[in-house]
Amino acid sequence: MTALSILYVILFYVAMITLIVGVTNKILQYIRVPAPLKIAITPAPLTRTGVVYRFFTEVVLFNSLWRATKWTWIFGWIFHLSLLLAFFRHLRYVISPDSFLWPLVDLQVVQSFGHYAGFAMLFGLAGLFGRRIFVDRVRYISSPSDYLMLLLIMGIAGTGLLMAYVAHTDIVQLKAFIMGLFFLDWQNLPSDLVLLAHLTMVIGLMMIFPVSKLLHAPGLFFAPTRYQLDNPREKRHISEWGAEIEAKDGRNS
Amino acid sequence: MADFETPQTREFPIIPTIVEGAMSHSAPFLASEEFQTDMGFPSGEETGQLIDGWKEKFLELLKDKLGKYRSLQVFMDTCVKCGACTDKCHYFIGTADPKNMPVARQDLLRKIYRRYFTWAGRVFPKLVGAIDLTEEVIDEMYSYYHQCSECRRCAVFCPFGIDTAEVTMAARDILSMVGKGQKYSNQIIPKIFKIGNNLGLPEPALADTLEGLEEEIEEETGVKVRMPLDEKGADILLVTPSADFFAEPHVDGLMGYAKVFHAAGVSWTISSKASEAANFGLFIGSYEQMRKISLRIRDEAKRLGVKRIIFGECGHAWRVAYNHLNTLAGPWDFLDQNYPIPQHILEFTKDCLDRGILNIDKSENDHMTLTFHDSCNIARASRIGEEPGSQFTIPREVIKAVCNNYVDMAPETIHDATFCCGGGGGLLTDDLMEIRVKGAQPRMEALTNVVKDSGVTHMAAICAICKSQFTKVLPYYGMTMDQIVSVHQLVSSAIILEGQGEDNSDELENGDETEEAA
Ligand code: HEM
Ligand code: SF4
Ligand code: SF4
Repeated sequence: MTALSILYVILFYVAMITLIVGVTNKILQYIRVPAPLKIAITPAPLTRTGVVYRFFTEVVLFNSLWRATKWTWIFGWIFHLSLLLAFFRHLRYVISPDSFLWPLVDLQVVQSFGHYAGFAMLFGLAGLFGRRIFVDRVRYISSPSDYLMLLLIMGIAGTGLLMAYVAHTDIVQLKAFIMGLFFLDWQNLPSDLVLLAHLTMVIGLMMIFPVSKLLHAPGLFFAPTRYQLDNPREKRHISEWGAEIEAKDGRNS
Repeated sequence: MADFETPQTREFPIIPTIVEGAMSHSAPFLASEEFQTDMGFPSGEETGQLIDGWKEKFLELLKDKLGKYRSLQVFMDTCVKCGACTDKCHYFIGTADPKNMPVARQDLLRKIYRRYFTWAGRVFPKLVGAIDLTEEVIDEMYSYYHQCSECRRCAVFCPFGIDTAEVTMAARDILSMVGKGQKYSNQIIPKIFKIGNNLGLPEPALADTLEGLEEEIEEETGVKVRMPLDEKGADILLVTPSADFFAEPHVDGLMGYAKVFHAAGVSWTISSKASEAANFGLFIGSYEQMRKISLRIRDEAKRLGVKRIIFGECGHAWRVAYNHLNTLAGPWDFLDQNYPIPQHILEFTKDCLDRGILNIDKSENDHMTLTFHDSCNIARASRIGEEPGSQFTIPREVIKAVCNNYVDMAPETIHDATFCCGGGGGLLTDDLMEIRVKGAQPRMEALTNVVKDSGVTHMAAICAICKSQFTKVLPYYGMTMDQIVSVHQLVSSAIILEGQGEDNSDELENGDETEEAA
C-alpha cells in the first residue's frame, strides 16, 4: 500500500470515530438533561401521532422556515434535498449489489436526480451564502465559521461535480478502498488530486460535525418546544430534580 | 412626551436596516441590596455591583442550568444562524438594534457558552464567535435580556424551535445571582408572600374594594351580585391578576366575571392570600420562586375547601397556571376532577354561552367595533379550550357572542404570529418606557390599519399586562387609552341579569340571539 493510502485509512477511521462517538455523546447528553417544565410552542399536538406529524412537517418540509422566510426556505430546502439525494447516491460506494439495500441505491430517482443533485446543492449553497453576505441582519449574526461551513460544503459539491463530469476517477478502485475500510482489508486509494481534495473535505466535515452547528440535525429532535405534548392539565409533568425540591419541603402533599 | 421618538406606523410593515447600539442605553433599574436580600439573591457593596468571584459564580450557574434545562442545552447547540428569526421580534422591528434580533440576543449567552463549554470555542474562539466573560458582557446582557418580553414569537418561526425566552430566563436568573437583579420584579415578588398580591393590597383594602364593586354593579343593574372574599366552602376559587381590583379597564372585566358567576348560579370566592394570578417567578427564570408563588394557590384552595380553580384574564399567569400549576403545586387530587384544573374564565363563560344560560343583549356594545389582541402567552405558550388552537377561537367566539361588530387585524399579526404588546415579561415598568413604546410598534401598526380601514374603535385583550401596557402606549400612537377593553368587560356590558331593568322590552329577542351565538 502507498503511504498516501495508509494516511487516508487512518484519517477515515479517526473521522468516523469522532463523528460517531461525538454525536452519540451529544445525543446522550440531550437525553440525560431533563426538561423540568412544559414549554411546548402552542398550538401543539395532543397525541404522539400528532408529534410525529409535527416533526414530519418540520424535518421534511421545513414548515416553520417556510412561514418565516421564503428565500431561505427555497435555498435551504433545495440544499438539504440534494444533500439527501447525494447521500443515497453515495451508498453505492459502500453497498455491494448483492446487499438487500441495493434496490434502494439503484432507484431510478436516486441515480438520475442524484446525478444532478450536485448542481442543485451548489445553487442552494450559493443562495445561502449570498444571503449571509447581502442581508445585513444575517451578516451581523455570522461568524467566520458560518461562512467556512458553507464554503466547505460547496468545495465538497464542487469537487464531486468535477469528478462526475470532468476529471473522472477510478471508481472501482475507490469502492475497493472504501469497502476495505469496513472489512479491515485495506486497499490502495486512487491518487488523483480532485478525489483527494473531495475526501479531505468530507473527512473535515465529519470531524467538525459534533462540535459545530451541524448538531442541528440531531438537536432538532430534542427541542422540548417541539416534541412535548400539550397535556399539562391532564398529566402531571415532573422532573427528577423538581421532585427532589418537593420532597424537601413536603408542600405538595 | 419623552426624550425619544415614537416609531411611525405604516400601511405595510417594513423590516428596518440595522442600527448598531440604537438601544444600548436601555436598562431597567437595578435591585438594591434590600430587594436582592428579600429574594435570597446576593448583592455587591453598591446597588448592581457584581459580587466577589462573580465570574466563577456565573460560569458555575450556567453549568448548573445547562445540566437542568434540556431546552437551554439544546438551544445553545442547534442554532445554524439561518436568520429566520431576525425580523420576528417586535423589539427589533421597533428599535432596529441588531442585538434585539432573537438570535443575537441568544448569542450574548451563546458566545460565553462556546468559550467556556465547547471545544471549538476554547481552541478557536475568534472562528466561532466565542468571547471572554467580562463586566461589559454582563452589562450588555443586563440591558438586552431586559429588552425581551419572553413572548416566543421568534420560536414559532425558528426551524429548530429555539425559544429565546428560555435563554432570557436563564440569563436573568444567573444575573440576579451574581448581583444584578432587576428592581421591578424583585420588589414585587416579596409582596406576594407578605401580603398576597403584587400590588400590596392587604385584606381589609381588598374587602373594601370588592364591596365597592358590588355596589357599583347594583347601582348599574339593580341586582345584588356578590363578590365574596375568603369564603370557606365556596365551589370555585377565582385567582385573578390584582390589577383587576382597581385598574381600568381590568376592573370592568372583574365585574364581568362576577356577573357570569352570578348568572350561572355557582358559588365562588377570591382568596386574600392568593389574590394574585401573576407569577413573576416566570419572568426572572426562577423555578423555585415560581413554585413558591404557585404553592400559595394550593394552600388557599385547601384552606378554603374549594372544588375548582378558575383563573381570570392574564396572559403569563395563564401560561404558568396551564403548564406549570400541576408540576409546581400539584397533584390536584383533592379538587373536582370533572373540571379542567385549572380552568380559564373564558372556558367557563364560553360553556355558559353554549348552554344558553346567559341572557345577552349584544346591542349594548353596538357603539364599538372590536378587534382582538392575542396575548403571546395564551397564543403560543398555552391553550384555552379542548382543541389545539382553540385559544384563538374561544375569545373571538365570546366577543362575537356579545358584540355585533368584530374585525380581525392582519393575519400575520394574530394567532400564534401575534405581536407582543411590548410590556410583557417583566418589562412593565416606567424605567423601561422607551423600549415599551418602541416594542409596541408592530401591534400599533396593525391596529392603526384596522382603525383606518375597518372603523375599529376598540381592541379587546385577555391579559392584565397587555391592558396596562396599552393604556400607557396607545396615546404615543395617537390613540386614546380607553380604546383597550377587557373581554369580560364586553360580556359585562351585554349580559342582562335576572331582575335587571324590569322595563327591558326586548328581552325575548335577546334570548334568541343567545341561542344563535351558542
Ligand atoms: C434531520 C436532518 C436535517 C434537517 C431537518 C435540517 C434542517 C436545516 C434547516 C431548517 C436549516 C436552516 C435553513 C438553511 O439555512 O438551510 C439548516 C441549515 C443547515 N444545515 Fe441542515 N438539516 C439536517 C441535516 C443536515 C446535515 C446532515 C448537514 C450536513 C452537511 C446539514 C447542513 C446544514 C448547514 C451547513 C446549514 C447552514 C446553512 C447556512 O449556513 O445558511 N444539515 N438545516
Ligand atoms: S421571545 Fe419575544 S421579545 Fe424575546 S427575542 Fe423572541 S420575539 Fe423578541
Ligand atoms: S431562526 Fe433559529 S436557527 Fe435560525 S438564526 Fe434564529 S435561532 Fe438560530
